[in-house]
Amino acid sequence: MTLRDIAVNNLRRRKTRALFVLAGLLIGVTTVVTLLTLVNAMKNDINHKLEMYGANILIVPKTENLSLTYGGLSLGGVSFEMQEIKEEELEKIKDIKNAANVAAVGPMVLGPVTINDRRLLLAGVDFQMLQMLRPWWNIKGKAPEDENVILGSEAARVLGLANGSKFTMNGKEFGVSGVLEVTGSQDDGLVFAPLATAQSLLGKEGQISMAEVAALCSGCPIEEMVRQITEILPGANVMGIQQVVKGRMETLNHFQKFSYGVSALVLFVGSLMVLVTMMGSVRERTTEIGIFRAMGFRKGHVMHIIFLEAGIIAGIAGILGYVLGFAFTRILIPLFTESNHGHGVAVPFDPIMAGIAFALAIAIGLAASIYPALMASRLDPNEALRAL
Amino acid sequence: MSYIKAENLTKEYGTGELAVTAVGNANFEIDAGEFVAIMGESGSGKSTLLSILGTLNSPTSGRLMVNDRDVYRLSQDERADFRRQSVGFVFQNFNLLSYLTLLENVMLPLATLKAKKKDKQMMAYKALERVGLGEKVKRLPGQISGGEQERVAIARAIVNKPPILLADEPTGNLDTRTGKLIMDFLRSLNEEGITIVMVTHSMEYSNFARRILRMSDGMLVQ
Repeated sequence: MTLRDIAVNNLRRRKTRALFVLAGLLIGVTTVVTLLTLVNAMKNDINHKLEMYGANILIVPKTENLSLTYGGLSLGGVSFEMQEIKEEELEKIKDIKNAANVAAVGPMVLGPVTINDRRLLLAGVDFQMLQMLRPWWNIKGKAPEDENVILGSEAARVLGLANGSKFTMNGKEFGVSGVLEVTGSQDDGLVFAPLATAQSLLGKEGQISMAEVAALCSGCPIEEMVRQITEILPGANVMGIQQVVKGRMETLNHFQKFSYGVSALVLFVGSLMVLVTMMGSVRERTTEIGIFRAMGFRKGHVMHIIFLEAGIIAGIAGILGYVLGFAFTRILIPLFTESNHGHGVAVPFDPIMAGIAFALAIAIGLAASIYPALMASRLDPNEALRAL
Repeated sequence: MSYIKAENLTKEYGTGELAVTAVGNANFEIDAGEFVAIMGESGSGKSTLLSILGTLNSPTSGRLMVNDRDVYRLSQDERADFRRQSVGFVFQNFNLLSYLTLLENVMLPLATLKAKKKDKQMMAYKALERVGLGEKVKRLPGQISGGEQERVAIARAIVNKPPILLADEPTGNLDTRTGKLIMDFLRSLNEEGITIVMVTHSMEYSNFARRILRMSDGMLVQ
């Protein structure tokens, strides 16, 4: 017979009370684990989407000229008459420290062209890279080769051209190999041709107007990559596209703060349940504690028993709470994420979260038992035995 | 040389005009190895005096010396240590824990002892064997008779071999034959050197003691 045996015996004997304490802690820990795991999974989901979004770094020439807005983002000084970047300089990107994080580099040459007496903007691009940089593009038709182009939906409408149409651009004949579905971006009004074709047509061989870089940024610092590219391209203005990311992260941060608030509230209620139940348990055991004290148990021994009981239940609550929270997150994640209806978002076993859940349960269980333990230890043994 | 010495021990409940004196100015000495009975009518203060002797109930005034130590000047934890090491209690209604086996009940005073579980079990088993219950160690208190429960209570009180045994009406709930068996057992313990202080109503059982302290209205009258 040890103090631990006494504690375990008491838990076995008072199963209902033990279950009540367990429920209080379990609800708290499960809520915390669910919310925090959910927030983490959503963050991972956003990071994953950022990789899917394509370009997240833009390289444009340094210029004092007119600014150009592209896709709602300010690109700095891009103009038709600006100085260009040499295409070969982009090769240097392969040498930066975080080169492994660069998924694609998409050069783009821009220039005005005349089609059917209308002035439009021609973009010469590398269509192979564009698959990675514009994964949301849907082309009715196929990617152009040599003397073919694809038209943005708005450009096709204005020009009255469709897939397979022939037209003259800057005096040279071209065919339409495909039309872009509406993207809602500036791409809708552009004409896209293969890079070399556009460079030749615009008289900008070996030059590009801008470049887009797709970096796998889950864990890689975009600001750091921007700095590294700026170092190797001193004549260019390198910018990280963070507006969308920041917006989404801000929303997520609000949700995270809300989660912390809810977690704190649920844990507080849980700890109150533990406190009230443990106090009831102590009152119920007044005589027993009196007997212990009469036999020479110190106050510390009595507190030890109460803390052991709370600790055992809290430990179980910590383990079960993590398992339940983990399961709930897997059930709830499709409701909170969009990628592939949530099926694509991984919710892996997180040993740190499991450790936090366990430690949290123990800490709350013990903290909520301090007053009942003190109450038990302060019981006057003579009074306790007189209560017989 | 007295082993237990009470000097002007007084216990009052309440204050002012409502104060009730449960024990008033008790002065007595008990030698080591003595068997003393405290007798008196109900409400005369004998159980209060016994609880004071067991350091469970602080006196309002006066001093209790045990083996030259003023036990009420000790801290609460030191007093707990004193009880664990020096005092065994036998309560009138046994105070056995109904959910523990007889062996576990007797092992309770050893719970805070730093010893191997097997050693503790052996000590408890020997104590139970001593009171003739070696065959029933795995039973629960509710599965044995009142006399047997009293014997378990005695086994629990002596398991850590205390020099003092305090018994509050140990035969109060027993029939005459069983009561006499218990008294015989207490006497045999006393003959081994344990100092016994027993509260009783019974004139017959008080004869087992070497000395009788009589109480009336909280005062020692003899």
